[in-house]
Amino acid sequence: MAAAHYRYLLRLADNALVLGHRLTQWSSRAPTLEEDIALSNMALDLVGQARALYTRACALAGDGRDEDQLAFLRDAHEFLNVQLIERPNGDFADTMARQLCYCAFAVPLWEALTRSRDAELAGIAAKAEKECAYHLRHGSEWVIRLGDGTAESHRRMQRAIDDIWMFTGELFEVDDVERAMIAAGIGTDASKLWPDWSDTVGEVLAKATLRRPADGWMISGGRRGIHTEHLGHMLAQMQFLQRAYPGATW
Amino acid sequence: MSDNNWPLYEVFLRPRNGLAHKHVGSLHAVDDEMALQNARDVYTRRGEALSIWVVPSRAIIASEPGDKDTLLEPSAPERKPYRHPTFYDIPDEVGHM
Repeated sequence: MAAAHYRYLLRLADNALVLGHRLTQWSSRAPTLEEDIALSNMALDLVGQARALYTRACALAGDGRDEDQLAFLRDAHEFLNVQLIERPNGDFADTMARQLCYCAFAVPLWEALTRSRDAELAGIAAKAEKECAYHLRHGSEWVIRLGDGTAESHRRMQRAIDDIWMFTGELFEVDDVERAMIAAGIGTDASKLWPDWSDTVGEVLAKATLRRPADGWMISGGRRGIHTEHLGHMLAQMQFLQRAYPGATW
Repeated sequence: MSDNNWPLYEVFLRPRNGLAHKHVGSLHAVDDEMALQNARDVYTRRGEALSIWVVPSRAIIASEPGDKDTLLEPSAPERKPYRHPTFYDIPDEVGHM
């Protein structure tokens, strides 16, 4: 039970951290100054969520590890984020497709978790829900504008949605960890979030004049520590400093 | 950064202290909705605002700097000193006004 609780928190935290780090990779590279700042803002929101969740997980584990050790001293196979999150930034359309698909899931997820029996998790969820609602709005507006924009932006936005679609199924999987957390009233049933996600994403795609891909085979495994090769590369960069200079502080 | 030919917007924020909206700067955005979003991201990072206005810069009708002599100079304080309430003796009891 305690082990499941810890793992559940790590899954939530790793999603936030890995996506947050991905967004920081846009810093100084975004299409405009305004967008650069927007993406960095959202990255900071996500890293903040991750910190709070790691801190909660460490308090539960009581093994002397802290948030930094969880973020910087675990290898890829110990990360429990969904594979959707770790996908490389690609072009701006790829990043916005990822934002739409994750945030349309994160908003109802955090909303449900505000009723968690883990009071600390409920508190984190209340803050995260507001932040992710803005991220969803930001991502949706861009998907609509790129999809319903020029022939070139439409083509690239459609390709981005097509490419990411098979990574969306993992968001709604329920395994033993999740079942234990649902039973304990700590977690929420992710599979029940699908209709909400489907409506949100479907509405945005329709407004964007984009074709909704068929729900075919879905990739899975991130939450069990099975990742694409991209996560290792990302961690190598993200963890370099703590690996090279253990315990270095600001 | 690529070429940015997006329209320019002026950003006004109403600060927390209850004052009126105040001009804080400008930004580029593809349309009105995105301008509001960008204004939020660029200008309200430290909780500066209770409300945001964005206005397309082209909607602002500005006075010409060359017009200053006719338009603004006649009411300069040196020329119309009587428009400033500086000729009253304020009793000490009133204190700071």
